Amino acid sequence: MSALLDVEDLRVSFPSRSGPVEAVRGVSFTLGRERLGIVGESGSGKSQTGRAILGLTPPPGRTEARRLTFDGKDLRHASAAEWRAIRGKRISMVMQDPKFSLNPVMTVGRQLMEAAARGTAARDARAQALAMLEAVQIREPERVFRAYPHELSGGMGQRAMIAMMLITEPDLLIADEPTSALDVTVQIEVLRILDRLVRERGMGLIFISHDLRLVSSFCDRVLVMYAGKVVEELRASELTKARHPYTQGLFNCLPRIEGDRRPLPVLERDADWAR
Amino acid sequence: MALIEVDNLSVTFGHAGSRVQAVRGVSFAVDKGESYGIVGESGSGKSTVLRALVGLAPVTGGRLTIEGRDLAGRRPADFYRKVQMVFQDPYASLHPRHTVDQVLAEPLSIHRFPDRGARIARALEDVGLGPGFRFRYPHQLSGGQRQRVAIARALILEPEVLLLDEPTSALDASIQAEVLNLLDRLRAERGLTYILVSHDLAVVAHMCERLLVMQHGQAVEELTREDLRGRAAAKEYTKALLTASEGYRAAAETAT
Repeated sequence: MSALLDVEDLRVSFPSRSGPVEAVRGVSFTLGRERLGIVGESGSGKSQTGRAILGLTPPPGRTEARRLTFDGKDLRHASAAEWRAIRGKRISMVMQDPKFSLNPVMTVGRQLMEAAARGTAARDARAQALAMLEAVQIREPERVFRAYPHELSGGMGQRAMIAMMLITEPDLLIADEPTSALDVTVQIEVLRILDRLVRERGMGLIFISHDLRLVSSFCDRVLVMYAGKVVEELRASELTKARHPYTQGLFNCLPRIEGDRRPLPVLERDADWAR
Repeated sequence: MALIEVDNLSVTFGHAGSRVQAVRGVSFAVDKGESYGIVGESGSGKSTVLRALVGLAPVTGGRLTIEGRDLAGRRPADFYRKVQMVFQDPYASLHPRHTVDQVLAEPLSIHRFPDRGARIARALEDVGLGPGFRFRYPHQLSGGQRQRVAIARALILEPEVLLLDEPTSALDASIQAEVLNLLDRLRAERGLTYILVSHDLAVVAHMCERLLVMQHGQAVEELTREDLRGRAAAKEYTKALLTASEGYRAAAETAT
């Protein structure tokens, strides 16, 4: 199986008064039609990695890579027209908080129809939008279709957003903390939807999160990022066998329902990890 | 007698026509030196219970007592020294244009404490920040450091009760461990009483001996830490929370 996405030596830097600051420093990975998790703490460069793949590094930031290919196409020098053909249609992105990513003055239905392929007759787009809302387990698609984002709960809004990202049937979905703003019980439902879509449609998924435990229980493979670099790549099922002290530290410092470790082990950062 | 008693508390916001009953008849009691947890999802009313206790939300029904004294009506100045609160978001709860020194000096001057300089230095040391942090502004601190300042601000008045509203949910996992350890140590050293509100069952299991599960403004059930560890929840909702907290696979298996 050829790789859907091939990233080699990806770098993202931002200019500052004391010279450029590198947020992502040489990240390489390949992705097939699987669930890949990217885990790291704030400032590790995980979100910038996700944005750079879609060419969404905010200016004045700069992205460089030795290789950045999606389905055989080189994304490094893609023109605006080429990006338009990719973004949304072939690669979609789900952001953390539906409150800030849905248009507050448009009904969910109109936003969904807008996302549906252009040139589709309005009636088809409407049918597609309703079908998609149903696919993300929204019980009353008609009501949600007519609703404005503020009339929906967080979990509903996030599902509506996933529906919007998936209506174009992309090959790759980049989900940046898609469930962090949600309650745990809702979180599981949203993950179940993503899981089903990966399995049924053969979609590739990049799941970016700070939550090591969640990612390891959901993804096939996990990249652990620290200070802009991938410090460890492992199969999600082998998290307990992590070699890198950062991964081990991150896993061990979580409080657990059983087991009384007092004080909690604290992560001792080593300057070498960032090198 | 319990230090804090909450008896049939209800909190209602809004006026006739658009009333929201945030808390509906919640009761619990916390002993001196105990750490008590309140767990629930967003909108469950868990934070509102804390806010009602500290006087930031209206008590529309029921009774709150601390050391046997009823908190209805005007509360004594002493109450506002003994009971302190730490908020969730250290980015929002510190004044952006006040230095750490000013943040810590304000409660001291309100409560007319003597030798403020020495107390500020000691408070910073207690929370593991050196004297170098004293004249910094919040934007010069990381999230974990800010939360330590917020804890120092609460501790500087030598309180007996700390009300902790999601004190670590805005922090990275490794920083969360440091702050939880700090809170644990301070409680042991000073015999403090905690009420800790969190959506994270693992944090509550680690920090609290007993906990209350809330949903839709009502108490679902009260559990001890041992109940939680033994998965001895009686109510469906608590069981669902327990499974969900174990991650995706465990939750997916029980569903199918």
